Amino acid sequence: MKRGPGGLYAAPSVVWLTVFFIAPLLIIVLYSFMTPGARGGVELKPTLDAYRAIANPVFARVTFNTILVALGSTMITLLIALPCGYYMARSSKQTLLLLLVIIPFWTNFLIRIYAWIAILGNEGFLNDLLRALGLAQDSIRFLYNRWAVMLVLVYTYLPYAILPLFSTIDKFDFSLLEAARDLGATKLGAINKVLLPNIRGGILTAFLFTFIPIFGAYAVPLLVGGTESYMLGNLIADELTKSRNWPLASAISLVITLVTTIGVMLLLRANGTNVLGGGGGKEESEGKAGKLDALAGAAVVGTAAVVGAAAPAGGGR
Amino acid sequence: MIGSDVVIENVNKSFGDFKALDDVSIGIKKGEFFSLLGPSGCGKTTLLRIIAGFEEPQDGLVLLDGANVLPLPPDGRKVNTVFQNYALFPHLSVFENVAFSLRLKKRPESEVRERVGEYLKLVELSSHAQKKPAQLSGGQKQRVAIARALINEPSVLLLDEPLSALDAKLRQHMLIELDAIHDKIGITFIYVTHDQQEALSVSDRIAVMNAGKVLQVGTPQEIYESPATDFVAKFIGETNLFEGVIRSVRGEMTEIESPEFGTILITDVDPPPAGTRVSWTVRPEKIRIELDRPQRARDGLNVFQGVVDEPIYSGFQTKFYVKTPKATLKVIKQHADWSDEGPEIAWKEEVWLSFSAEDAFLVEVKR
Repeated sequence: MKRGPGGLYAAPSVVWLTVFFIAPLLIIVLYSFMTPGARGGVELKPTLDAYRAIANPVFARVTFNTILVALGSTMITLLIALPCGYYMARSSKQTLLLLLVIIPFWTNFLIRIYAWIAILGNEGFLNDLLRALGLAQDSIRFLYNRWAVMLVLVYTYLPYAILPLFSTIDKFDFSLLEAARDLGATKLGAINKVLLPNIRGGILTAFLFTFIPIFGAYAVPLLVGGTESYMLGNLIADELTKSRNWPLASAISLVITLVTTIGVMLLLRANGTNVLGGGGGKEESEGKAGKLDALAGAAVVGTAAVVGAAAPAGGGR
Repeated sequence: MIGSDVVIENVNKSFGDFKALDDVSIGIKKGEFFSLLGPSGCGKTTLLRIIAGFEEPQDGLVLLDGANVLPLPPDGRKVNTVFQNYALFPHLSVFENVAFSLRLKKRPESEVRERVGEYLKLVELSSHAQKKPAQLSGGQKQRVAIARALINEPSVLLLDEPLSALDAKLRQHMLIELDAIHDKIGITFIYVTHDQQEALSVSDRIAVMNAGKVLQVGTPQEIYESPATDFVAKFIGETNLFEGVIRSVRGEMTEIESPEFGTILITDVDPPPAGTRVSWTVRPEKIRIELDRPQRARDGLNVFQGVVDEPIYSGFQTKFYVKTPKATLKVIKQHADWSDEGPEIAWKEEVWLSFSAEDAFLVEVKR
């Protein structure tokens, strides 16, 4: 890392991170070791009860379900985002397509979920259409199951996957694909052997930007999911608001943070790529600084996602 | 490896309204070092990409050893390309870049090692096998690209301005290496360049292209000494190109009425009849420049007087722009032998220019 007067200029961001990131995290750590208060909050009596409660099989089942939904939706998202990013990078109408990807952000996230309810509901647009076309007599129940949750999650996080993929593919030298074809690779072979390895950084970024927030999802399973699609975010929220067991909610949050952070670190180490930089196929020197940056990045992404997911739960009711 | 002959027949290619190739026909012989030479946008790269299979012409044929290859995809043609920007795979080592096509064919590891070793030796990169392309110099990348294309044992190697990214000195060196590789393996090379010097120095034959058309196909000597059109004359080397009307023809000796110089004597094996408007040329190095009037000893010597406008000294030669009453002539004096030099010719000096009729040529008949 560089040494010099730069440290002083970093002061504002250090203060910002301390007040809004490290301090809340420390509070969560402290809460997880306390006794639950009668009406929420905590009593200042240290105990390991919260961590003992995690051993409950309900927690394992919800965790398993969360991993299933998160991995499934992330994979589907990436499979859709890759061709989209590829097409955008090759298109002459890049600005327009970028705008189309970004426009959904202009509408509030919750409103967009309710829009899906309006489309998929029993009296919703899709059922009306099917009935009008004579394809169905009774309403088909599209909502309140795992598939509805995954559909809306994929819809929500698709732009987060498309954007990093687009920016990496845009930097990709397409004459490499011609070179591969020239050397005897088929169209698919050229993509497999040359495009994918060179945009690995972008794929990894897209994976993290999708998987981590979906892992901490709360609102989507709450609004369009059923009992089977109950996720860790919902568990934390219920512990906070219904069971009023703040220490348990904190402990679950911390376990998720720890697991995602370690997972991300392993992924980064295996790839040796600077995720947040995208890495357009250019080899970067892997110094100690680079690794530390990656570690810090991973920790920030991981924790922010989970804290972010828990925040609306704490403040919402 | 055995080279193929390549025949391009009436190929047309347009991009929207832009006609990139206009009824192009060229025959390239087995094992030839053939250059496509022309300014940027003349269609030479498009033609190369059609041969490689990256573009499809609207009509025409591309025959390799008599068989039309247009229906085949790029991976189905016995043709390999050295790309302008090398297009080395950045995620693979030098070794794996060269091994790429063998790996695709799932050749056994022992064969891959042996063949890659052989080709890395050919391009003198054996000690760099484990490096990534980013760690190589421009010339080394170039050589990896050549080895990678050759290991597939193509019958035709396409080279798309392969030296344009290198500096002048390295370019000379790589040019000699390319020529040596061509001599060693004997396959057909099709070499695209906008640099006439490159094309002249290595090619067996050259096709000069402009605006989607082939203007002339010939050996470097033919193209330099007897350009078929004004464009070729101007594009290849430096030249003096003027127009005039043929006044009389006596055997091969032709008299041209030139608005700039009065009467000019040139030779041509098959001159058009008197009264035809033509363009004619004389290369700058064919003009003698002297302080004293040359004796009109020989028949067919063209002599004029002029004033040196601008001498440009470049070591082995000096280029003069000499103003005659109605035009400026480029003259190059080679500094071959100091004993033959005579007194130095300076700026603003009055000089005598002369060239023999054998050194001037008819280029185009004008209508």
